[in-house]
Amino acid sequence: MRSSEHSTLLRLATAGSVDDGKSTLVGRLLHDSKSVLADQLDALERVSRHRGLAHADLALLTDGLRAEREQGITIDVAYRYFATADRSFILADCPGHVQYTRNTVTGASTADAVVLLVDARKGVLEQTRRHLAVAALLRVPHVIVAVNKIDLVGFDEDVYTRVAADLAAVATDLGLLDLHSVPVSALEGDNVVDVSSRTDWYRGPSLLEILEALPGTDDPSHEEFRFPVQLTLRPQEAALDAAHREYRGYAGQIASGVVRVGDEVVVLPSGRRSTIAGIDTADGELSVAFAPRSVSLRLTDDIDVARGDLIAAASCAPETTRNLVATVCWLSDVPLSKHSRVLLKHTTRTTRAIISAVDGVLDLDAVQIVAAEDLGLNDIGRLRIRTAEPIAAEPYARHRRTGAFLLIDAQSGQTLAAGMVGDPLAGQGEHADQWDI
Amino acid sequence: MSTITEVVQTVGGRLTLDHLDTLESESIHIFREVGAEFERPVLLFSGGKDSVVMLHLAAKAFWPGPVPFPLLHVDTGHNFPEVLAYRDRAVAAKGVRLEVAMVQDYVDDGRLTERTDGTRNPLQTQPLLDAIADHRFDAVFGGGRRDEEKARAKERIFSLRDEFGAWDPRNQRPELWNLYNGRHRPGEHVRVFPLSNWTELDVWRYIAREDIDLPELYYAHERQVFERDGMLLAVGPVSSPRETETVVTKQVRYRTVGDMSCTGAVESDAVTVQDVVIEVAATRLTERGATRADDRISEAAMEDRKKEGYF
Repeated sequence: MRSSEHSTLLRLATAGSVDDGKSTLVGRLLHDSKSVLADQLDALERVSRHRGLAHADLALLTDGLRAEREQGITIDVAYRYFATADRSFILADCPGHVQYTRNTVTGASTADAVVLLVDARKGVLEQTRRHLAVAALLRVPHVIVAVNKIDLVGFDEDVYTRVAADLAAVATDLGLLDLHSVPVSALEGDNVVDVSSRTDWYRGPSLLEILEALPGTDDPSHEEFRFPVQLTLRPQEAALDAAHREYRGYAGQIASGVVRVGDEVVVLPSGRRSTIAGIDTADGELSVAFAPRSVSLRLTDDIDVARGDLIAAASCAPETTRNLVATVCWLSDVPLSKHSRVLLKHTTRTTRAIISAVDGVLDLDAVQIVAAEDLGLNDIGRLRIRTAEPIAAEPYARHRRTGAFLLIDAQSGQTLAAGMVGDPLAGQGEHADQWDI
Repeated sequence: MSTITEVVQTVGGRLTLDHLDTLESESIHIFREVGAEFERPVLLFSGGKDSVVMLHLAAKAFWPGPVPFPLLHVDTGHNFPEVLAYRDRAVAAKGVRLEVAMVQDYVDDGRLTERTDGTRNPLQTQPLLDAIADHRFDAVFGGGRRDEEKARAKERIFSLRDEFGAWDPRNQRPELWNLYNGRHRPGEHVRVFPLSNWTELDVWRYIAREDIDLPELYYAHERQVFERDGMLLAVGPVSSPRETETVVTKQVRYRTVGDMSCTGAVESDAVTVQDVVIEVAATRLTERGATRADDRISEAAMEDRKKEGYF
């Protein structure tokens, strides 16, 4: 199936434990939605036969690196594309090993929905809780749990109902925004694309039907307007058209909300106010624009605006700060203790920063902060950070774009940590009190 | 400046950009990040449809100014003449500077040896890396898409290359949100793929929507071809039939353009861009599977070339 011209885009991330059949499910989704083409299928069947397998191993579709195929495991996030009549999907297929939390965090950071696999025979495991906790932490709007291998429990309704109830309890616990579950057999195809007759007790939609019906990204009309400035467009003599020699516009991608000509805005961190004089694109002027469109904004006043500044709605502008409390996922092999001085990249601003304190590390199983003095690879912890320049950092729980940042090693340039301002789980579920800042 | 009316699409009462607008905005954001953070970017331009779309997006990103970086063509010397003509036309129209690195120069002076199969795609790596080093380019835009090939599916949007130009797929920087980390040390550079999330069909729908001019050979035309390894190769100075191969005239078009000696045509009656969109939407073969002999060498052909510094 191929999308129509005016379809919408939904970003998915997969998660699951080893051997839950995640690669098989993704392969099934691609195959049954006719997104696998004949030559790919031929190659798949050839390699499967070569390995002595009776059926084409759909998992081979997603394991792109030689080492992955050799070891039969997924090492790195792979991106897949498929489409139905009304929607195009970008799927970040994330490896399942427990030690690959960083990959799940990476995939979830841009996801509108997480598809989590649970083995019907095993039910909700510690790792299921950890993956759900990561989805809650990254504020992924939707989580769909595919209760897989339902064929191996004889399509038993009671097994599914028990797992679904356990999942609902964990979701409430974590304050997950929206959770769906569906019984599937990735291997046999039940309820993946078409609703299966073998689970006639299940009255809900198939996995693909759920994905097609999700509302998708947040509705910009309910968001506060935020616009990180990427660069100033001021062509002067180089202007393509002499009429634009005096042009001065601030280029960027709307991070959240809606902007209209005539809106009052404030530029941060300077705090100067102005009014939107024009919203430009190479195709012409707009009277209104919304996230995630890339535009160029003109202001009525000639004030100092540069890369790294944030243009925000004057009525609901964020505060700027040099002191952050943040939740970070440590992504580097080298522990935090070796990196007290780092670079912090927030929206389009990169500033020097000092990690002033480690408050603790998150026990993903208990969803509790426990005392710790250091963070290692895959740890999620709470830090206090001081920045050299003020930044318009907002709580990640309310602003996924302006609440996110990276910590970067100034020498090697390596990305050390993915950071979320404040406590993304605060105010959610029963653990809220333990997460107060 | 003309005023256009924003097409506000609502899905279930929500404001939503359609998927081509979403992809366009994401790519423009990437171009602007590089424009702001790097000193010497360059855009790889072959005249192929993906590089043409990249240039179109770059022009939009920096409007009303010019594209603020040059183009680089790594010329195999095995060109389709109409693609070279198109390249020069497009460069003149956009008013950008074009650098050309010639594989032929390397073959002539012995730095590279012609392969026994005659294909020059793998020979492009060294001239590419030399051009990057000579010009001290620090960001190199490539038109690679993740839907093209399974090693490319693992590629980041900002992909660090060491001083040897090598890609280390097992040690890539995690890429979170839309916060791209382009920091690199002297001698290293970053490959940037603004079309990472586009599919072949997205590219064609965008070409149709934006009315983008392409080399004629992307549309159905009559051509003398012969069949080799299941592919239709054009008769030309670098691709002549062996005794056992028969030349026939067929109505064909190209889904990719590259080294003429190993880029296959597909039989097609898609004369207009809309015809091509319909054809691509219904195809049962991948772009590379249908047209690239060099990707059939092994299951990891692309991964191996990329590790050496290929596009």
